[in-house]
Amino acid sequence: MTRTIEYRDALREAMSEEMRRDQRVFLMGEEVAEYQGAYKVSRGMLDEFGPHRVIDTPISETGFAGLGIGAAMSGLRPIIEFMSWSFSLVAADQILNNAPKMLYMSGGQFPIPIVFRGNNGAGGQLGSTHSWCVESLYAGVPGLKMAIPFDAYDAKGLLKTAIRDDNPVFFLESERLLGIKGEVPEEEYLIPLGQATLRRRGDDCTIVGFGRPLYFCLEAAEALAREGIECDVVDGRTIRPLDIDSIAESVRRTNYCVVVDQSWPFASIGAEVAAQVHEHCFDDLDNHVIRVHSDDVPAPYAYNLEQEMLPNARKIVEAVRAVTYAG
Amino acid sequence: MPMTTTGRATEPRSLAAKLSNETLCTWLRDMLLIREFEVRSMQAYQNKKIGGFLHVYIGQEAVAVGTIAAATARDPVITAYRDHAHALARGTEARYCMAEMMGRLGGCAKGKGGSMHMFDRRRNMFGGHGIVGAQCPLGIGLAFATKYEDEVIDGGASRRITLCYFGDGALNQGSLHESMNLAGVLNLPIIFICENNGYSMGTATARGTTMAEDLTAKAVGYGFESASIDGMDVMAVYDGFMPIAEQCRETSRPAFVEIRTYRFKGHSMSDPRKYRTKDEEQRYQAMDPIERFTKYMAAERGVTEDEHEAMTRSVRKEIREAIRWAEKSPHPELGELYRDVYTDIWGPYRGTSGPEMHDKS
Ligand SMILES: Cc1ncc(C[n+]2csc(CCOP(=O)(O)OP(=O)(O)O)c2C)c(N)n1
Ligand SMILES: [Mg+2]
Repeated sequence: MTRTIEYRDALREAMSEEMRRDQRVFLMGEEVAEYQGAYKVSRGMLDEFGPHRVIDTPISETGFAGLGIGAAMSGLRPIIEFMSWSFSLVAADQILNNAPKMLYMSGGQFPIPIVFRGNNGAGGQLGSTHSWCVESLYAGVPGLKMAIPFDAYDAKGLLKTAIRDDNPVFFLESERLLGIKGEVPEEEYLIPLGQATLRRRGDDCTIVGFGRPLYFCLEAAEALAREGIECDVVDGRTIRPLDIDSIAESVRRTNYCVVVDQSWPFASIGAEVAAQVHEHCFDDLDNHVIRVHSDDVPAPYAYNLEQEMLPNARKIVEAVRAVTYAG
Repeated sequence: MPMTTTGRATEPRSLAAKLSNETLCTWLRDMLLIREFEVRSMQAYQNKKIGGFLHVYIGQEAVAVGTIAAATARDPVITAYRDHAHALARGTEARYCMAEMMGRLGGCAKGKGGSMHMFDRRRNMFGGHGIVGAQCPLGIGLAFATKYEDEVIDGGASRRITLCYFGDGALNQGSLHESMNLAGVLNLPIIFICENNGYSMGTATARGTTMAEDLTAKAVGYGFESASIDGMDVMAVYDGFMPIAEQCRETSRPAFVEIRTYRFKGHSMSDPRKYRTKDEEQRYQAMDPIERFTKYMAAERGVTEDEHEAMTRSVRKEIREAIRWAEKSPHPELGELYRDVYTDIWGPYRGTSGPEMHDKS
């Protein structure tokens, strides 16, 4: 049996189910309890789990991110919500030094089973400080895992897995996706980290994407199909581990690849995926990989400028045409 | 540096003075052990057997020993990078600490942490942390977990308190202040222990922080109990710290203590100490906490010179053997590079395994 629920409901179901299953799991962050979630993700959870397990914090990202890591050192399994990943920057030392490296620096003594989660990427005219895409900043740090779910089904299945994982997982949601509905089974399910999925099937070109820009990838693939260009749309689902095998498998079939990444182009996830595709598929490629990114500028406020800055279907269509020598 | 020491060796004390000779002898031995460990570490560093940064605790021994004596073995301890003493006072064997500093597989972190990162899970020693102030948010997390276990999981009352140490330099880090505020808001059983040794590298406390003349002022805005304690006297440390610890355990309210001490050596091994005078150093050396406590033990507890000598000899032997053991411990095999990055095996990563010290005992 499936139901149609919002992405935010899927996130809440994942957290609530895991909290019912394991007393060591708790949720902490700004406005998660009494306000019922700045974006209503945790709505109702305070009522069910009480103030010991759904905990409001003041605006102290360094403090509560670190608190979570310390609690994880003691064997608890915290879910730490950042109202936006943009605000995680002030907690950078905690999330990048302490969470991912503790197991290593302690010679295997202190695993850190923690999930940091929240909105990532442009929310819509929020200006540059609030529109961070942190994936390219953070994914390079060994010791962390990173998931970036596309729809309600993945949001739930990946988050449940992330909560059960014994390593720090950076879970990147999107404000623009929270209200989008999708089919979610009644029954319990988990989605492993490190397993990409095919969102659309076509033999002419591979488009690789993560999270929200996949909507633009699918829109572009639709438009391209009308021109007779059929695309594989590969949803990486997690950035670390990166399922390069599935991506390469697709590219070997299509011989062309476009990578779509909502972060800036320089030293980015897009650059990393392109490099790995070149390494894995050099003999299969009939052109070099083309990348579609946000423009290399701070996110602007003006609606038209922001739309132009972000990856969009037009840019992806152009990239696919260019890479397949069709345009 | 404004510091006064109160109390002389023979002054009557309330709490520590009531403890048995046996207990006080373990304190003395721990302080001697830390001193010997640090002296030998400096030599090993000069002989290039230890790399990286080395920060020794010489002069501050009474702080770790006196405070840890007032805690139970189940109370979490976390500190900064000047951390050998805290591990040793917690009971981590010297050979595992020494092997860690020499980058050997037998080290408490299998040679992956080094001098600044001493961890011992079995002894609730949650590290050694290299970034100034960064251990404080972790410390409130440890305190949060002890309370959570009591309230949510066990329904019990283990009533553990967390000892969170930091230097005077960390007083000026946001991470400490966020932690103090959160500890207050969430009612966490933690004691923030400021080891005020007068300097953060070359910056005298008063040059880096406001109210250096009375650091308990830092606790006022957070509504914490606080105390300022003479850290050159292990009995004064215990006497000052114990009531704070008891109250913290009782009320689950955070507290702040300033323990005034002095580091006799440089900040690290490459410190010419131009920022302070020889005269000042000598004044503090005259207050050596080990000499002071030795005198007390001789005068008030009848510890004879022979007994003291035997203690010193046994400490020297222990450290000598620790060094020998550490030097014989193998360098980590290269496969260790990819172990302990993740708990699970994927890509190049090889899962995780604990240090040898946990296979024993
Ligand atoms: C965030 C950060 N900034 C700078 C340093 C470099 N550093 C290491 S120790 C230290 C001085 C800290 O002094 P204090 O906190 O008083 O501790 P003490 O060395 O006296 O024990 C500095 C500046 C660091 N490790 N972390
Ligand atoms: Mg200092």
